[in-house]
Amino acid sequence: MLKIINVQKTFNKGTINEKKALCGINLQLNPGDFVTIIGGNGAGKSTTLNMIAGVYPIDAGKIVIDGNDISREPEFKRAKYIGRVFQDPMRGTAAGMEIQENMALAYRRGEKRGLRWGITKEEKVYFAEKLKILDLGLETRMTSKVGLLSGGQRQALTLLMATLKKPDLLLLDEHTAALDPKTAHNVLNLTESIIKEFQLTALMVTHNMKDAIRLGNRLIMMHEGRIIYDVAGEEKARLQVSDLLKKFEMASGGEFANDRMMLAK
Amino acid sequence: MSSFLLSIQGAVSQGVLWGIMVLGVFITYKILDIADLTVDGSFALGGCVCAVLVVNKGVNPWVALLIATFAGAMAGMVTGFLHNVFEIPAILAGILTQIGLWSVNLRIVGKSNIPLLNVSNIFTDAVSITGLKQSQVSLITGIIIAVIIIIMMYWFFGTEIGSSLRATGDNIDMIRALGVNTKFAKMLALMVSNGLVGLSGGLVCQSQKYADIGMGTGAIVIGLAAIVIGNVLMSRFRSFSSKLISAVVGCVVYFVIRAVVLRMGMNANDMKLLSAVIVALALGVPVIANKIKSNNSYSQGGNE
Repeated sequence: MLKIINVQKTFNKGTINEKKALCGINLQLNPGDFVTIIGGNGAGKSTTLNMIAGVYPIDAGKIVIDGNDISREPEFKRAKYIGRVFQDPMRGTAAGMEIQENMALAYRRGEKRGLRWGITKEEKVYFAEKLKILDLGLETRMTSKVGLLSGGQRQALTLLMATLKKPDLLLLDEHTAALDPKTAHNVLNLTESIIKEFQLTALMVTHNMKDAIRLGNRLIMMHEGRIIYDVAGEEKARLQVSDLLKKFEMASGGEFANDRMMLAK
Repeated sequence: MSSFLLSIQGAVSQGVLWGIMVLGVFITYKILDIADLTVDGSFALGGCVCAVLVVNKGVNPWVALLIATFAGAMAGMVTGFLHNVFEIPAILAGILTQIGLWSVNLRIVGKSNIPLLNVSNIFTDAVSITGLKQSQVSLITGIIIAVIIIIMMYWFFGTEIGSSLRATGDNIDMIRALGVNTKFAKMLALMVSNGLVGLSGGLVCQSQKYADIGMGTGAIVIGLAAIVIGNVLMSRFRSFSSKLISAVVGCVVYFVIRAVVLRMGMNANDMKLLSAVIVALALGVPVIANKIKSNNSYSQGGNE
């Protein structure tokens, strides 16, 4: 499915601000894996997702999806395989366009766009059906501009859009971090049910250790550009937040886990 | 007809022809959300190319218009290249193309202006066919062409490619993540936009019967003024088609205002200052009004 082989990335190479973001990441995902990624600030979680999506070029290594080497493909070409939800709810949807227009754009992810009409009648019916899953009443507001929706609604819509055309890989980059606790909870539940229903392969970055343990079948902890802990199956199911904190303390040389992670306890 | 009404009629038909340029500006300014200053150069380019083809080469005036459109699109492509490949900010990329085009236009014409005397053009052809007056013909022809272009634009921006262009202007990160080559999208939008501007330049040149390498100076400001005026006049209509229509209507109103103030004795050279003031006010007034509103709505609140 997804294979990441010795991927390295250094930002601002050769300057005083040089930052080794990824120091040789190796990761192999099986179809249907739902992997949560945790780690402190600057651990390389988001960078890993951005490298897979092609936001920046990698310095070394290989990224392979379904046997296709995409290491050097531009971001827009990788979209064929990858659905994404960003941390910022504003980034995943076009505010000035209608809900159904946004969905029509997402429905054509990675496909050649031509001079056919941008949205068909059948699609409108199909999209309304899909919106019902969200249970937000958006199916009655198909022609409303997305800018009128709340952050939570937009994030739920983005999630739906990212999976409207089944992606080979779903990347979720702290997609609930900017939402209030209740909305975040709803969006997470939605994430879980969509991933389950369509048997998606997903990578989800989170700062919330409980969520990281509760969701998915595999958990990865990153620290300073390395994967320091990779656990799956039974062992993951037995994990406690305290185990993760211990791991994290060991990795960071006995220092306390950063505040945000402590609070997540 | 009184001379006043005649001058208004002339202003209306001029406004419609320039309105096609405004439709081009609408694509970059409203859809792509960049102010493309190529327009001043590509408008004159369209006019100059068209004039030289008709006068010196004896090309059919309709074909000349097509070539003027193509030339404008090429100018847009240069700006797109500078912006996409050299990553020059869009405004600066447009300025560079515009400055370069001034010399190109001078090369094309060979001198600073060229009259279209004693050659037929689309308007004189229409006069001889219909027997109407030149002023009526240029108004009717202009409206027909504008309507055709609005319909084509409405169609184009509803297609898959057109939708992705609109999304590129709205949220570039999102549409890239959905697999659209945003560099290509910007390039295409700049080319379509400047193609329309070139066409407008060609039409204006044929209607006024001369081309001048300075004929595009200030076109972008006229374009912005027209869009802003149209926006204010037709703010109640929100559909995409009405926004396109409002751009042309705004341009007509702009030229009518111009004709009126000129008749009232204003120096023609002061017109550019007036245009700049209109645009600045139209863009600035809503901002200031909002600030005043939010200041006034502040209340200290809470009891001590």
